[in-house]
Amino acid sequence: MSAAVAPEVAPAVQEIKKTTCYMCACRCGIRVHLRDGQVRYIDGNPDHPLNQGVICAKGSSGIMKQYSPARLLKPLKRKAGAERGAGDFEEISWEEVYATLAERLGKIRATDPKKFALFTGRDQMQALTGLFARQFGTPNYAAHGGLCSVNMAAGMIYTIGGSFWEFGGPDLDRAKLFVMIGTAEDHHSNPLKIAIAKFKRNGGRFISINPVRTGYSAIADEWVPIRPGTDGALLLAIIHELIAKGLYDRDFLVRYTNAGQLVNLDDKHDEFGMFVRTEVPQEEACYDPQNKLWWDRISNKPVITHSEGADPFLLGEFVLSDGTPVKPSFQLLQERVQDYTPEWAAQITGIPVDVIRRLAYEMGVTARDQQIELPIAWTDSWGKEHDTVTGNPVAFHAMRGLAAHSNGFHTIRALAILMSLLGTIDRPGGFRHKAPFPRPIPPCARTPTSPLAVRPDTPLDGMALGWPSDPDDLFIHEDGTPVRIDKAFSWEYPLSVHGLMHNVITNAWRGDPYRIDTLMIFMSNMAWNSTMNTVEVRKMLNDKDEHGEHKIPFIVVCDAFQSEMTAFADLILPDTTYLERHDAMSMLDRPISEFDGPVDAVRIPVLPPSGECRPFQEVLIELGARLKLPVFTASDGSRKYRDYPDFIVNYETEPGSGIGFLAGWRGRGGEKFMRGEPNPNQWEMYAKNNCIYHHELPRSYQYMRNWNQGYLEWSQRNRITRYAEPILIHLYSEVLQKFRLAAQGKGISRKPPEHLKQRVETFFDPLPFFYEPLETQLTDKHKYPLAAITQRPMAMYHSWDSQNAWLRQIHTYNTLYVNTQTARLQGIADGDWIWVESQWGKVRCMAQHSEAVEPGTVWTWNAIGKAAGAWNLTPEANESRQGFLLNHLISDELPGKPGASRVSNSDPVTGQAAWYDVRVRIYKAGAEEAQETSPQFEALTPVPGMKQRPTWLAYFGGGKIK
Amino acid sequence: MTQLALVIDLNVCVGCHACVTSCKEWNTSGPAGAMSDERPYDVNPTGNFFNRVQTFEVGEFPNTETVHFPKSCLHCEDPPCVPVCPTGASYKRKEDGIVLVDYDKCIGCKYCSWACPYGVREIDEKQKVMKKCTLCVDRIYDQSLPEAERKPACVMACPTSARLFGDVHDPESVVSKAIRESGGYPLMPEWGTQPANHYLPRRKTRLRIHEDELERTDNPLKIDRQLPKPDMAEPSLDDVTSW
Ligand code: SF4
Ligand code: SF4
Ligand code: SF4
Repeated sequence: MSAAVAPEVAPAVQEIKKTTCYMCACRCGIRVHLRDGQVRYIDGNPDHPLNQGVICAKGSSGIMKQYSPARLLKPLKRKAGAERGAGDFEEISWEEVYATLAERLGKIRATDPKKFALFTGRDQMQALTGLFARQFGTPNYAAHGGLCSVNMAAGMIYTIGGSFWEFGGPDLDRAKLFVMIGTAEDHHSNPLKIAIAKFKRNGGRFISINPVRTGYSAIADEWVPIRPGTDGALLLAIIHELIAKGLYDRDFLVRYTNAGQLVNLDDKHDEFGMFVRTEVPQEEACYDPQNKLWWDRISNKPVITHSEGADPFLLGEFVLSDGTPVKPSFQLLQERVQDYTPEWAAQITGIPVDVIRRLAYEMGVTARDQQIELPIAWTDSWGKEHDTVTGNPVAFHAMRGLAAHSNGFHTIRALAILMSLLGTIDRPGGFRHKAPFPRPIPPCARTPTSPLAVRPDTPLDGMALGWPSDPDDLFIHEDGTPVRIDKAFSWEYPLSVHGLMHNVITNAWRGDPYRIDTLMIFMSNMAWNSTMNTVEVRKMLNDKDEHGEHKIPFIVVCDAFQSEMTAFADLILPDTTYLERHDAMSMLDRPISEFDGPVDAVRIPVLPPSGECRPFQEVLIELGARLKLPVFTASDGSRKYRDYPDFIVNYETEPGSGIGFLAGWRGRGGEKFMRGEPNPNQWEMYAKNNCIYHHELPRSYQYMRNWNQGYLEWSQRNRITRYAEPILIHLYSEVLQKFRLAAQGKGISRKPPEHLKQRVETFFDPLPFFYEPLETQLTDKHKYPLAAITQRPMAMYHSWDSQNAWLRQIHTYNTLYVNTQTARLQGIADGDWIWVESQWGKVRCMAQHSEAVEPGTVWTWNAIGKAAGAWNLTPEANESRQGFLLNHLISDELPGKPGASRVSNSDPVTGQAAWYDVRVRIYKAGAEEAQETSPQFEALTPVPGMKQRPTWLAYFGGGKIK
Repeated sequence: MTQLALVIDLNVCVGCHACVTSCKEWNTSGPAGAMSDERPYDVNPTGNFFNRVQTFEVGEFPNTETVHFPKSCLHCEDPPCVPVCPTGASYKRKEDGIVLVDYDKCIGCKYCSWACPYGVREIDEKQKVMKKCTLCVDRIYDQSLPEAERKPACVMACPTSARLFGDVHDPESVVSKAIRESGGYPLMPEWGTQPANHYLPRRKTRLRIHEDELERTDNPLKIDRQLPKPDMAEPSLDDVTSW
């Protein structure tokens, strides 16, 4: 090529520093190019396994986040006499912040630690925030998973011991058919984009099942529109078809799932619905003891599962010698799906019968006829040697479209079962785990089980969040009432493994189950998009009791940006941005592992903190030391860790355990991984290695990990898992059956209170079933005929990016997309102002005609609408005048049974917020009405210390503007 | 003669806008100075971009295609924007076919943007000069960059590798091959501008299943279903035939 050059410039790049992106939770490796100390350019790190050099729209706009005028730069406190929500603040010093908090929290801790609640957003540091809460002694801690996608985590982990996104995903390298269901264009971001594009180029077939065709669905070979909340019906009908046609992977089911295990069907028995066990006594632990029975086809009698030479019946009914009637669990599954025919599902989902059948056949035939054999020898948990690893190349991906419904848990169980019937779990071309998964079903971590675990001046005796395996694991009082403020792990939402952040404010305000004193919120917009019933929740945040005291006495918010939430704070702690901080994406939290082995990652600051910003981690460590929380305090009572980097290097889960936040370069000289003594140079070693540690497993440990002896032993040796027992797939869930038995009054475990018995009995079904979302059941569908949902755009993450001058030019405001026919029937033209109304509230917004949405659904982009003046936008900005928030239409609670208390608008199994369940109607706004979003809120004003927002921007990174 | 260009594969473009903001990010700090944004935090923010993605729907429900369509200067072989420029600021380089604007000569009269049928030239309202995609001319020849990175910013960023870069006059280049093999087409050829940039169309992969593929002899139901055996007392052909 010619060497001609464009206009002369000085060499553009002076310094390149590597770190990890945080414009979303994907955590790509980035290179930050600095010129004269200013950010000139951020691009993808080509040596990073996650994004392999590419970057997304958000990542490329990090500069505008860093220099945004919405940054909070000073610690602030609400002015005496100012109302919460008015945003009237004064500057204070960090010393005053710490002194205030140490005193207030110290008192709480010395009296009743549960009166301190810590809830966080998509923070990526749950290992530390969780540790702090536990050390403090409060049970009231969770991140935003309850609102986000806990159904996805719980539904899959309770079935296959792993889940999508950080914990596993579709192996599109080897898949031939890829089915994406209920996924918008996030979760995952860049890795999924890379993979889908490669998959398509390699000739793979891509089907997207979604009410809306945008983003990734746009490039699908086939779009199958579906009504929201009905995915469970579709999946069960597909299961019906696969079983009816014999398109299931029998060998896989027999050896790797509980399909052949015999279930006790004596309904008089306390063990009704449980697997029959041999007499061999087993130590109590969190794994499946291999003491269940098959009915052997060869000897025609019961044998211990996996007996040499035996092969179980999967269908049929049998009687044990003691007269107990039994059936293999697969038989029960077949019976369950008997009536879930494609004809039945077509009525519910809106998908034609022949399409449902064809979907099933495409899956079944591809899995069966395009089988892959990789020449990888491995040994299974029962000692059998295999020469190859087999793959059935059908891959799935699913996310919030399935999860954010009150029937999501069972829908996702159905999906995991479908994936298992096709024989695709941790196999090439199917679903593959990422370390630390697979984990036992359920994983070993448990919460305490009684209020006695919460004691003054004492760490919580157990984890604040855990994985209940039976009713005795619930975190409740003697009388069955919840210990946690959000009622997680109670009979209302027994498997709420991520907590119910979406109920904290309502519960605390009402004093049900009790009042708290201090609510600390870290980067979560709970006065806006991270809450349902937003208008009322905002009132609760400022509501006072008869003595004029706030019902939630003290609210502390830590965030990098001024937001709807910070306006309600009593104390604002200005956080750093991702370019200004250390972070650890830890194996103790949600690391960025690859299919081929564990990966963890760090952030290393590339810029000094702006203003008086301090990273929240430093705040926690400082507070930990001041409150003398054991982990943060040396034996002589002095502060144990200098700062966060020092903590990361030297903290061990137990003294001498060799397990810390970072798995790489452990041991004195960095020669060990996963376990090893603290290494004083660990940060430097990460810095030299693209800010990651990637341990590639030997090939024979990369597949079939639920039952891979070598892998499980490796995982046990490295203390990833406690046990090396096989993790059989739970087609049939005994965990759920145990709760049902308790509700039926059977057995010796705890029993639910009277008013919840029926709820537990209904929803704790050991096999997946379909029910209409709870809110839909309570809705007059003639009056509110439409489902309303949101999708997250690719160029924005949560509410984080409206302060970003470049990204907000892509999504300046949101409209409501309405199917053209649906709109016309209402006389609504493209661009008309309309009202969207649910049983709970109404919103005025603009309609946009679309052919890419199913006629019974309306939708909008998530979290683009903002309150006036928030995020330091002008009160006239489009986000608040044209953009709108759908959350105003969504209730946080549903009416309970007469006489009983209201229940959260959530999945009754997991407590997942059911914010995709809402039903609405739409109609034209009056010609005389303001052409402006409703509701409006009084405009926020900038808080002290923030930069002025410029009227022009001409960003030039470092040096002079020409 | 060399003609550099982008080839954009609509079959994999997911409309993520990475190419939009990475372009802005690279070029705002480039040799021509900042790309300005008006009312960045106010109503109707609008700024200077060299590349934008439009999303539109084709067809009627349920046979709808949602198309993401990135568009930047197409570096036409016969660019109508060049001859209309009164000062000679707008020019096409002989050596590589890139169409550029010399900002020192540009008087911001906008003739070129009216002449461009593709709407890809945008005036910088602050500097009052016309701006457009430069094919990252300040990257692609920059010897200080590793060779693998001497590519446009948008090409480096694109997560789906939907953006290919190369010489469309070299039949062996990746772009020429892609155009040849995947049905690449220019935008609005009827204008006679001969755009150098090309687009690759959507392609569909289907699976055909024959009826008789559904059930195979090794169907597991044969094992699992305990097929009912006829009662011994039932009459059979065996009992009544005697030859
Ligand atoms: S996907 Fe984009 S925003 Fe998310 S981590 Fe990667 S580059 Fe950053
Ligand atoms: S970066 Fe690539 S996938 Fe994203 S919009 Fe641009 S061309 Fe399309
Ligand atoms: S080639 Fe360079 S200037 Fe042109 S659109 Fe891509 S990034 Fe922008």
